Amino acid sequence: MWVSSTKWKVISPIAAILLWQLLASAGLLGKTPSPWQAVEGIWFLIDTGLPPGYRLWGHAGASLARVLAGFAAACLVAVPIGVLMGWSKHLDAVLDPLVEAVRPVPPLAWLPFAVLWFGIGLVSSSFIIFLGVFFPVLLNTVSGVKSVDPRLPEAARTLGASEATILGRVLVPGASPSIITGIRIGMGIGWMTLVAAEMTGVKSGYGLGYMILTARDYARYDLVASGIIVIGLLGFAMDTCIRLVEKRLLRWR
Amino acid sequence: MEIKAGREPLLELRSLSKSFVEARTGKVLEVLSDVDLRIAPGTFTCLVGPSGCGKTTLLRIIAGLETATAGEVLLEGSPVTGPGPDRGLVFQEYALFPWRTVLKNVTFGPDVSGETRAGAIADARELLETMGLSTHEDLYPRELSGGMKQRVAIARTLAVKPKVLLMDEPFASLDAQARNAMQEFLVELWLRTGATIVFVTHSVDEAVFLGQEVLGLSRRPARIVQRFTCDLAYPRNRTDPGFTALRARILEYLKQELVDDHA
Repeated sequence: MWVSSTKWKVISPIAAILLWQLLASAGLLGKTPSPWQAVEGIWFLIDTGLPPGYRLWGHAGASLARVLAGFAAACLVAVPIGVLMGWSKHLDAVLDPLVEAVRPVPPLAWLPFAVLWFGIGLVSSSFIIFLGVFFPVLLNTVSGVKSVDPRLPEAARTLGASEATILGRVLVPGASPSIITGIRIGMGIGWMTLVAAEMTGVKSGYGLGYMILTARDYARYDLVASGIIVIGLLGFAMDTCIRLVEKRLLRWR
Repeated sequence: MEIKAGREPLLELRSLSKSFVEARTGKVLEVLSDVDLRIAPGTFTCLVGPSGCGKTTLLRIIAGLETATAGEVLLEGSPVTGPGPDRGLVFQEYALFPWRTVLKNVTFGPDVSGETRAGAIADARELLETMGLSTHEDLYPRELSGGMKQRVAIARTLAVKPKVLLMDEPFASLDAQARNAMQEFLVELWLRTGATIVFVTHSVDEAVFLGQEVLGLSRRPARIVQRFTCDLAYPRNRTDPGFTALRARILEYLKQELVDDHA
C-alpha cells in the first residue's frame, strides 16, 4: 500500500479529528464542541481552572493518585489470590462462584457502601477503581496459571523444587503474559470507572471526573470534552508504560 | 537382568502395578501389572513396547510423579515416595522453562536447593561446555533447535547430579538427522560419565543403538515379557549384521504383541 501501518497510526486519528472539526464548523453538531474548542478548553483549565483556581494539574494529579492507588491495591490482592486459585482446584471451587456473583455488579452500585465504609476521600474513590481493576486481573491470573504447561511444575519437582518454589518460580513466570494482559485491561477499566469513583464526592475539589461533573452543571460542554481528552491521554500514557514493562519482562516470548 | 554377585541394584521395582478408574466410563483400566526390574549402577537400559502400553507411566512412577497402585520402587534400597533430584527425568517435549535463559534453565535445580550461586553457575557452564552449548548460554529456549533444547534439558537434569537418568522418548520429536546426532551424543555422554540410564522409546532401532539391555513390554497391562542383551561394542553401527539381527528379533516380538492386540 501507499502508507505503512505505522503511518496509519498517526494518520487515522488526525483524519478523525479533522472530520470532527469539519462537522462542527459546518454547524452539524449543535452544542457538541469542536476539537478546537476542546483544546481551547484545555488551555482554559490550565490557565483559569474549573471552578476558577482549580487548575488542570491539580485535577489530573488527584485522579492519577486515585487510579494508581486503586490499581495497585487491586493488583496486590488479585495476583496472589489468582495464583492460588489457579494452583488449587479446591480453592478455585470455593472462590469461583463468589467471584462470578460479585463480578457483574457495576462498580458504581457499590458507591453508597464505599462512602458508608470509607467516608469521603481517597479510599472510597480508590475502592470503586479497585473493583473495576480487580476482576480482570484476577481472572487473567487464574487462567494464566491454569494454562501453564503441566510438565513445567513436574520438571521443577524432579529437580527438587518445593511447592512454594513452584508457585513463585514456575507458575507465576509461566502465567506472567496472561497476568500482564489482565493488568493492562484492568488499568483501562480503572480509568473507565474514574468518573463514577469521583461521584463518591471529592473533599479537595480536585479530580478529572469531578471536574467533568462540574462542567456538566455549568453546561460547559467544551470543558467536558477537554476532560475526556485528558483522561484519554493519561490512559494512553499509562498503557504505554505497562507495554514497555511488558516488552522487557516478556523478552523470552 | 544379570547382576554380578555382590552388586546391589541401584534401582529396583517390586511387583509394580498401576490401574486407574477412567473418569468418563467408570471402568478400571489396568496399565501396569506386576513389573519387576533391577537396574545395576552404570547400566544403560532401554524399554520398548507397543505404543500406549504404559512405558511412560512406568517411568513417571519411578520419577515419583505418579503413585503405583501396588508394589514399590526402591532406590538404593529405600522406597521412593515422591519426585526428587536423585532421579532425573528428561521429557519428550523438553519442558524447558521458556522464561529462563539456557544457563538459568541449567542452574534451576541448584538454585532451588539453595546451592551457592557462583558454584552453580560454574558447574552449569562446565556442563554446557560438554553439551556443546557454551556459546548459547544467554539464549532463550524459543531460539534453539529441538536437538539443542533437548541437550539443555539433559544438562539441566544432570546439574542436580541424579543417581539415575530417566528418559521418556526424549528424541521422538526430533527430525531424523538430529535424532541420530543426539543418540551418538548420548552414548558418548554415558561412556564418559558412567551414568545409569533408563530410556523409554518406541523405536527399536534407537533401543538397539543405545542400550546394553533392551526390555520388551507387553501390550496393556504392561509386563516385562522379553529381555534382549545387546553386547555389541560402542559406538554401534546400524549396518552391522549383529545390529540388524538383533533389531529383527525385537521387531518380531513387537509384531507378535501387536498381533495379539488385534486378536
